[in-house]
Amino acid sequence: MATRDRRRYGSELLGEGGRLLPAVGLLGGLAVWWAVTALGSGIITNFAPAATVAVLAELVVSPAFYDHVLVSVYRFAVALGLCLTVGLPVGIVVGYFKAAERATTVLFQFMRMISPLAWFPIAIIVFGVGTRSAVFVMFMAGLWPIVLNTAHGIATIDDDWITVGESLGGDTRALLRRVVVPAVIPDMLTGIRLSIGILWIILVPAEMLGVNTGLGYLILDARDRFSYAEIPAIMLVIGFIGFWLDLSVRRLHARWNWG
Amino acid sequence: MSIESRTATTDSDGGESDARSDSESAVGSDAGDAGASGADRRAVDAASVVASDLTKRYDETLVFDGLDLSVAAGEVCCLLGPSGCGKTTLLHLLAGLEDPTGGRVEIGGERVTGPDYRWGVVFQDPLLYPWLSVRENIEIGPRLRGEEPDPELVDELLALVGLDGVADADTSDLSGGMAQRASLARTLANEPDVLLLDEPFSALDQLTKMELQDELLRIVDELGVTAVFVTHDIDEAVYLGDRVAIMGTIPAGIEHVEQIDSETRERDDEAFLAERAATFERLEAVGLE
Repeated sequence: MATRDRRRYGSELLGEGGRLLPAVGLLGGLAVWWAVTALGSGIITNFAPAATVAVLAELVVSPAFYDHVLVSVYRFAVALGLCLTVGLPVGIVVGYFKAAERATTVLFQFMRMISPLAWFPIAIIVFGVGTRSAVFVMFMAGLWPIVLNTAHGIATIDDDWITVGESLGGDTRALLRRVVVPAVIPDMLTGIRLSIGILWIILVPAEMLGVNTGLGYLILDARDRFSYAEIPAIMLVIGFIGFWLDLSVRRLHARWNWG
Repeated sequence: MSIESRTATTDSDGGESDARSDSESAVGSDAGDAGASGADRRAVDAASVVASDLTKRYDETLVFDGLDLSVAAGEVCCLLGPSGCGKTTLLHLLAGLEDPTGGRVEIGGERVTGPDYRWGVVFQDPLLYPWLSVRENIEIGPRLRGEEPDPELVDELLALVGLDGVADADTSDLSGGMAQRASLARTLANEPDVLLLDEPFSALDQLTKMELQDELLRIVDELGVTAVFVTHDIDEAVYLGDRVAIMGTIPAGIEHVEQIDSETRERDDEAFLAERAATFERLEAVGLE
């Protein structure tokens, strides 16, 4: 153990002071941001950190801004809800029944590789301009990690756990509820975490096409209003919410993790 | 090929009831009045295990053919044999976890057609459910059967296996010995008539193993259950069993049944140690490595 730790360069920094390292990284990023905007010339200087922070301070006290945040979070939540409602049951069926797995593997891997944004024209033609198109596109992107991870978890569940459950007197229904589903929770959470990342990323382009609310729309709107410093300010908010979403699932995952 | 095990209890018609009487003293000082209450419950709870003309075949491999085994109610019978002799397969057939190719198994006069909570199995690995606490693991048997677990029984079991201090701990915090204790308590929470144990202590270090052997004897005496204990360890078999059934390399089946008679099972008792040494030699003479 010790030797392996020593083999990694600078591991001695990972002591008490190591807690400050994330802050050091953030400051480094800020320095690069500042350098690029300060040393550059022309329009890029509009995106400087100082101007961004000033605009951000205005944004976070503006009620109208929170309307956009809420709309974005709402679309994200609806899309995630749909992904869970469809993805978890489909994943369980695909993982539990060999035939279902055989029948769907190629299809799912194929669908997964189609960029969700390619669905946009179809979504707009079918659902029209608005939240429903955005949610549909997000759904088509976020579904697959949940399905595939749940199915994989069910397929690779420890057989002995089921044997124990049988010998303790459980019937199929009781085993599914008390053994199979709990055993697969870590895989489900892995899928959900991946899905949340994808949904939050796809949210921004989805809101750039055909809606007039939300954080994605706000970025384009800031550009059209020539209020350039607002763009990185909104980006910071997007990053912050996304980071927080991921952190919460990671916490859940750490609590519900077993081999 | 197989030996009719009734020879082990030919001395009396009441062989079933006095099968464990030798080991009453093993209840020992740490178990308090357990011996007395165990004697009361014994006749009520225990069930006999009878395998008749049992044959098991996997494709080309014949594991055993026409095997007979009879374990009296309340008796501890050890199945002893080298790895690959089919002793675990035999236990799985007794438990209904696998189907025999021929013959039948009866527990308490009822034909075994599948796993059932009344014949509880303790596996080589503890196989606790890591998403449940120690206590919840012990409660899972009744829950799987759609019953509400009896909190008093669970408390008793936790105390019985010495885990009352870690009832709310995660299973990952348990040592190997503690996990196997929890596994035993989980099986006991179903109040089985028969305990079927598949090398439950083989992965433990020697000290923990001896501790758990003593505890198992105490628990079996206290609850009065019938036990079939699979092991490849002669020492363990002689220490735990009222009888030891020796299995030879496949497809020999049971080659010899040894009755273990001793006044005491105290590990420091000279007479018992001598008895064990003699038994040991007899078993080795039968051909077990």
